[in-house]
Amino acid sequence: MTTGTIELKASDFKSGINPDWCPGCGDFGVLNSLQRACAELGLQPHQILTVSGIGCSSNLPGYINSYGMHTLHGRSLAFASGAKLSNHDLTVIATGGDGDGYGIGGNHLTHTARRNVDITYIVMNNQVYGLTTGQISPTSRLDMKTKSTPFGNVESPINPITSAIMSGATYVARAFSGDIRHTTAIIKGAIEHKGFSLVDIFSPCVTFNLDNSNDFFKERVTKLEDQNHDIGDWKAACEKAIEWGSTINIGLFYQDPDSKSLGAREPVLNDGPLSSRTLGITEDQTKKLLGRMM
Amino acid sequence: MAAGKFDFALAIGGEAGQGIATPGNIMARLFIRRGLHLNAYNAYQSIVRGGHIFLTIRVSEEPVYTHGDKLDLIVCLNQDTMDRHLGLLGDDTRILFNSDTITPGEGAKGVGICPIPVSELTQSRNRLIQNTVGVGATCSLMGLDFSILEESLTARFARQGQSVVDENVGVAKAGYEYAAKNFEAFPVALPGNPHHLAQWAGNEAIGMGAAAAGVKFYAAYPMSPSTGVLHWFAQNARDLGIMVRQVEDEIAAANMVIGAAQTGTRAMTATSGGGFALMTEAVGAAAMMEIPVVMVNVQRAGPSTGVPTKTEQGDLWQVLGASQGDFPRLIVAPTSALDMFNTIPEIFNLVDHYQCPGLVLSDLLISEGTFSVDPDAINMNPTIDRGELITEDSTQNGYNRYQNTESGIAPRAVPGTKGYIHVVSTDEHDEDGSLISDEFTNPYKRRASVERRARKFSDILERVAAPELQGPKDAEVTLIGWGSSEGAIREAVELLEDRGVTANRLQVKWMVPLHSDAISAVVNSAKCAIIVENNHSGQFYRYLRSETGLTIDKHIRKYDGEPFMPHHIADGAQEILAGKADTFVPYQEVNV
Ligand SMILES: Cc1ncc(C[n+]2csc(CCOP(=O)(O)OP(=O)(O)O)c2C)c(N)n1
Ligand code: SF4
Repeated sequence: MTTGTIELKASDFKSGINPDWCPGCGDFGVLNSLQRACAELGLQPHQILTVSGIGCSSNLPGYINSYGMHTLHGRSLAFASGAKLSNHDLTVIATGGDGDGYGIGGNHLTHTARRNVDITYIVMNNQVYGLTTGQISPTSRLDMKTKSTPFGNVESPINPITSAIMSGATYVARAFSGDIRHTTAIIKGAIEHKGFSLVDIFSPCVTFNLDNSNDFFKERVTKLEDQNHDIGDWKAACEKAIEWGSTINIGLFYQDPDSKSLGAREPVLNDGPLSSRTLGITEDQTKKLLGRMM
Repeated sequence: MAAGKFDFALAIGGEAGQGIATPGNIMARLFIRRGLHLNAYNAYQSIVRGGHIFLTIRVSEEPVYTHGDKLDLIVCLNQDTMDRHLGLLGDDTRILFNSDTITPGEGAKGVGICPIPVSELTQSRNRLIQNTVGVGATCSLMGLDFSILEESLTARFARQGQSVVDENVGVAKAGYEYAAKNFEAFPVALPGNPHHLAQWAGNEAIGMGAAAAGVKFYAAYPMSPSTGVLHWFAQNARDLGIMVRQVEDEIAAANMVIGAAQTGTRAMTATSGGGFALMTEAVGAAAMMEIPVVMVNVQRAGPSTGVPTKTEQGDLWQVLGASQGDFPRLIVAPTSALDMFNTIPEIFNLVDHYQCPGLVLSDLLISEGTFSVDPDAINMNPTIDRGELITEDSTQNGYNRYQNTESGIAPRAVPGTKGYIHVVSTDEHDEDGSLISDEFTNPYKRRASVERRARKFSDILERVAAPELQGPKDAEVTLIGWGSSEGAIREAVELLEDRGVTANRLQVKWMVPLHSDAISAVVNSAKCAIIVENNHSGQFYRYLRSETGLTIDKHIRKYDGEPFMPHHIADGAQEILAGKADTFVPYQEVNV
């Protein structure tokens, strides 16, 4: 990283704009944890790019002191991948909601994970659509009543952790926004990880999902770090991820220690970021191109 | 073959999987290496094995702008070709075929029937060998010295080893000698010119233009007829230092390209109409965030999956209306492969200047056609103008990404630069990038944003060339076309001249901005203006009418999947002049 930079505090990562989330929204804890993680890692704001989709949670880039792209609903990973592959010196963090990431953007999640683009993806999972005022999301539980399921949800939720592991993600973790210290540690690990990381964070919506509340999670979350879990064992990780009852596991489920990111596999990036290359074609390159046409 | 300049058309027909491409490539390469111009069109079907393919290669001493109106020689690789196309041949033509497997039909007077007993000439069991025999016989009929073909076959098969070279040269020679002994060669031998030409397909011209423009990031999802662009990039990525990604869908491709562009890299994607449909939300995102990107739509016959291997100019309204909301964009429809090559760097400079999306319309005719090009005409070092781009750090604070400047254009800083932190967003935003879509909704600011984005383009017409009338001012008929039809219209004008009708033509390339005044002036002074379009509903005409109020009631339209041949347009113009039709739809003679 850049030399001679001053150490920054978490508060230095606040933008001038106050979040317009409902008081008590879980997303505050996620923002707070992310700001702490950036400070503790010694990152500089201009070297960070946060990229989000659309949703309450996707407003996050406006609230953190970093470069940001507040893009289209479901598309944050596509924008983030382009940015990271174009300038791999940037720390690229994608953020958004469960509808954004697991619903409309689900295809991109599978493929960004498989491609192992070096991006940290933070999903504020509130098991509901917040911004559109309360409909089911792909993580809503069976029987849940929302405006779009007034008689109860008859579809089963997906499990983001097992899905991500199966898609080939190389760092897969879950956190709870009510535990800022733990969430900060998980996000730090994700940013430091070389490759694609998914951090699914329970981030309760206090307005539209009263079932999966702060108290609901407080009573249930159990840290994997206290359970002798082997993070290299993806099968064990999946077993831990599907436990859903009186205990719900949080922490790092799976990490591939040999992860090689797409950027590291692609020889085109050996000469440094694309964004700082000089444009134009050399005489030798021109000769070769024309030679093939003759 | 017309007297005067050498102008010859050779067609090879067969089914997919019979290897038509190889003899086609051998002949094309041979022609350009003799400094001859060529224009090749491959009529094919969406099938990997079977079906019917008909490749036409027109070769001439002078530049040729279409694959032409007539055929001189057909090489049949199967019975189907004989049955479908023999009727297209007239005086002084030849048809070559393998008499082991193909029975000749009843040809018109003047058609030289040239059966070759392939199994007698070669012992090879390789079923592709008849192609090489055919190439040998073709060269003999065209009056080429065998050594020239030998050289070209040697170069072509060298990588596969000496035995493959020997086999091919051997059977080509057998075909050559058999034809020399048994058939009458064409009266005029293939000429030569010491200045070698090069050849490219339009999709390669798109890739080359992008590379020349400094594109370093290309993402796409395969879709005919745009896939050649992806193949070109993939092939050249490592040499040129370009990141090329085949991604999960066109939505990802378009949005990735915008992400790359936001960090300051020139980035592009190409697709066909179906893929472009998936990109439309991204077009608006680029416009709202003001990130310069170029997206190419290589049109094919639609709607929906349509006819993947056939051409049409049917996506004009799609690109005009792509993405919700009311915002300016640039749209250009280059008129040839070389024009495509030159236009890509031009539109990159424009989108960098205006910080907006730029849309390029190609179509199967340009993208998959093969054309000769003078290598000296290929400028790989075009002007590169990045517009107001900030890449140097600063200690100053208070940067406004969307400053309400007089020109409407605000200097653009890229992530990683110190002192310019900001968020770009697809929500409406204030000058500093903060949202004015929610709590801070403000009609005055919203109005200022809309006006600033529109104001950016106030001088755009000065920056792109207006279309120019070609030909005599007082011509009896004025043919107006857009995009890829330029070649056919140009040759139709010549044909009309031969038939005693004076014609001039106007080819429109820039759709947005549209040079309404220049076009109106031409239409208003025309004796008989006819709009020529490769679609059914007259998309360009309806657009022109909406922008200018002009009404034109004479049209030539074609929507059978095949491109215009010059005589289609000339015939149409004459029918219209004679008062026999207002809208003329030509009959497509070549049936593939
Ligand atoms: C293409 C498109 N479809 C629908 C929407 C409307 N929309 C905005 S946010 C959202 C869902 C939000 O839910 P989630 O992603 O879980 O985020 P949350 O608001 O709960 O944080 C929807 C459907 C949109 N903006 N774009
Ligand atoms: S609606 Fe729910 S998710 Fe959105 S801000 Fe309010 S509490 Fe948070």
